[in-house]
Amino acid sequence: MALKTETMVLNMGPQHPSTHGVLRLELEIEGELILSVKPHIGYLHRCFEKHAEAMTYPQVIPYTDRLDYLAAMGNNFGYVIAVEKLLGIQIPERVEYIRVIMAELQRIASHLVAIATNGADIGALTPFLYLFRDREYILSLFEMTCGARMLYNYMWIGGLSHDIHPDFVRKTKEFINHFRPTIVELNNLLTFNKIFIERTANVGILPLDTAINFGASGPVLRGSGLAFDVRREDPYSIYNRFDFEIPTGKGLVGTVGDCWDRYYVRVLEMEQSLRIIEQAIDNIPEGDVHSAIPKRIKPPKGTIYSRVENPRGELGYFIISDGNLNPFRVKVRAPSFVNLELMGELCKGHLVADVIAILGSLDIVLGEIDR
Amino acid sequence: MYQFLYNLIGNEIIAGLLVAVVPLTIILVFALFGIWLERKVSAHMQDRLGPMRTGWHGWLQTVADLMKMLQKEDIIATDADKTLYNIAPVLVFTGSFAVYAVIPFSSKLLGSEVEIGLFYVLAISSLVVAGILMAGWSANNKYSLLGAMRAAAQIISYEIPTALIVLSMVMLTGTLSLDKISQMQTSSFWNWNIFGGAIFSLSKFLLIPFMFVGALIIFISTLAEVNRVPFDIPEAESELVAGYFTEYCGMKWGMFMLAEYGNMFAVSAIISILFFGGYQSPFGYLGNTIGAQWLVPFEQGFWFLAKGLTLVFVQMWLRWTLPRLRVDQLMTVCWKYLIPYAFINLIIIGIISIL
Repeated sequence: MALKTETMVLNMGPQHPSTHGVLRLELEIEGELILSVKPHIGYLHRCFEKHAEAMTYPQVIPYTDRLDYLAAMGNNFGYVIAVEKLLGIQIPERVEYIRVIMAELQRIASHLVAIATNGADIGALTPFLYLFRDREYILSLFEMTCGARMLYNYMWIGGLSHDIHPDFVRKTKEFINHFRPTIVELNNLLTFNKIFIERTANVGILPLDTAINFGASGPVLRGSGLAFDVRREDPYSIYNRFDFEIPTGKGLVGTVGDCWDRYYVRVLEMEQSLRIIEQAIDNIPEGDVHSAIPKRIKPPKGTIYSRVENPRGELGYFIISDGNLNPFRVKVRAPSFVNLELMGELCKGHLVADVIAILGSLDIVLGEIDR
Repeated sequence: MYQFLYNLIGNEIIAGLLVAVVPLTIILVFALFGIWLERKVSAHMQDRLGPMRTGWHGWLQTVADLMKMLQKEDIIATDADKTLYNIAPVLVFTGSFAVYAVIPFSSKLLGSEVEIGLFYVLAISSLVVAGILMAGWSANNKYSLLGAMRAAAQIISYEIPTALIVLSMVMLTGTLSLDKISQMQTSSFWNWNIFGGAIFSLSKFLLIPFMFVGALIIFISTLAEVNRVPFDIPEAESELVAGYFTEYCGMKWGMFMLAEYGNMFAVSAIISILFFGGYQSPFGYLGNTIGAQWLVPFEQGFWFLAKGLTLVFVQMWLRWTLPRLRVDQLMTVCWKYLIPYAFINLIIIGIISIL
């Protein structure tokens, strides 16, 4: 007679140290082996898209901050570009340069959190604090510029809320000089740590065709080996003027598309962001950041889909304008939302501990998933 | 020590109680100190300051925490098995506390002079596993259960390499008594077991590399036995919330904490007795030089604590540097690497000691 065994359902979250916010994962496990993973979302739903319909165009910007709260600059960026395209206005060069610098600084800050939490989930707590220390530099740069450390409302339609501080350029260069050696330190401490490699290499392998079929983007897609970056494929703002590489997963220590590759793509992207900032920081032209801000923002009838490369992937805004002061519809294509759907695919056949590593390598932000 | 107190007081019950109180005091004070040390060590490694407000550099922080834990409401979940749930922390604490009974802190401060000290340590520390399993099962929480299963598998597996290394040391020294093993390694660090023991011969030099391997293996496997990073999967914070003590609060949780730090020092003490001369000074005693014999036991106590704390510091250092292994990798490390190596080491040490 066969022994009757039952699978166990384990609720991971919404209150769990490493579900990165209020995500609930329903794990069906047999011992420690994962049979299925079902993400349950919606604990952080704030009706962003519905709210946006009741706001004027500029009033939506602070709400976009709260989508991907680790990369608020990127969210602002995507939204204002979409509205500017609807309006058909020209932006001063100075604004474009500052926006790119801010977006790249934000990318570094966001990747730092992603890397740090991925490491902390696997048990490496010291790199976590080192990286948060470095993130402080960037946050204080932002604070110096616009007074906020997390939710900036910095990019306005046609311009910026504040011009940069006179010290900004010097401090940013200081940060770059400080941060380059930190990446080396991070690589020594965590990236090429034997245990870290054991935990992440060959875990949660995402084949390229699966990634494309699920619509993954950002480091998750690039980790699987495709050099797809909106900054290169569909250049917005002034990204076509800068020289930068698009790092992809090479399977350096395991298989292409494993957790380690997704992690390492982020490390390499931070270096590329530094390169972009270095190219931009010395060439900021003179000008007035407020000159192009329209007095009355009332786009003509029409629809627009505009996308930017956020740290987590392709962030798209689909805006329908019916010619009024407020948008008729704002739809957000949130990269984390799409990437999270891979959880079920990636976790099959792995152990409970791997779920944490895989979730950390997908780097989701619940604010953007639930909106 | 019992004999000394018995002669002094003349009542065997009071003398026995006093003998028991000494290690209890030591474990409590050490646990308080250890938690504070861990916080400061981790803080300074991570570019922070750690506790700074309560007393000089926050040295009263753990005392304050203990006060807080004592005052906390004792919550027992409705579906928990109350008896087991209440016994478990006591059992875990007893397991780690009882080890201290046979640890010689100096030639004069020794709880109980049992001849089978090492055997007793291996046996009594297994109580901890029972307590952990009880805690995990009785809490009726899935995370606790997973943590307890992991802990049981891990601790029982890692007892084997530990026991094998202990066995090779027993073969070498010919005794199970911790006090006698300490006494053998007297007068100079060159006589420590890690350098092949006190008998000067060819086999001493042959033994040195295998002693280093043995010390490394026992350090790794005891690290796993006390559930420290990189082997802290039973309480893996980011996976299992807190593992087998997820549901505990207040002083019951505090007892797990005290037991953890008690265990940390206990295993460090065992390693330092087996390999690093126990309470023996690495280069003679000041007391002997200046003719003050009463000073020697105090010096011995100092050296013992210094050696133990150094090893505890290494444990903390590792904890704040390394990530955590996965459960299957943990078992691989034990069964595929540590046990075969420990076994080969045992055989080689056996052959050399026959020579």
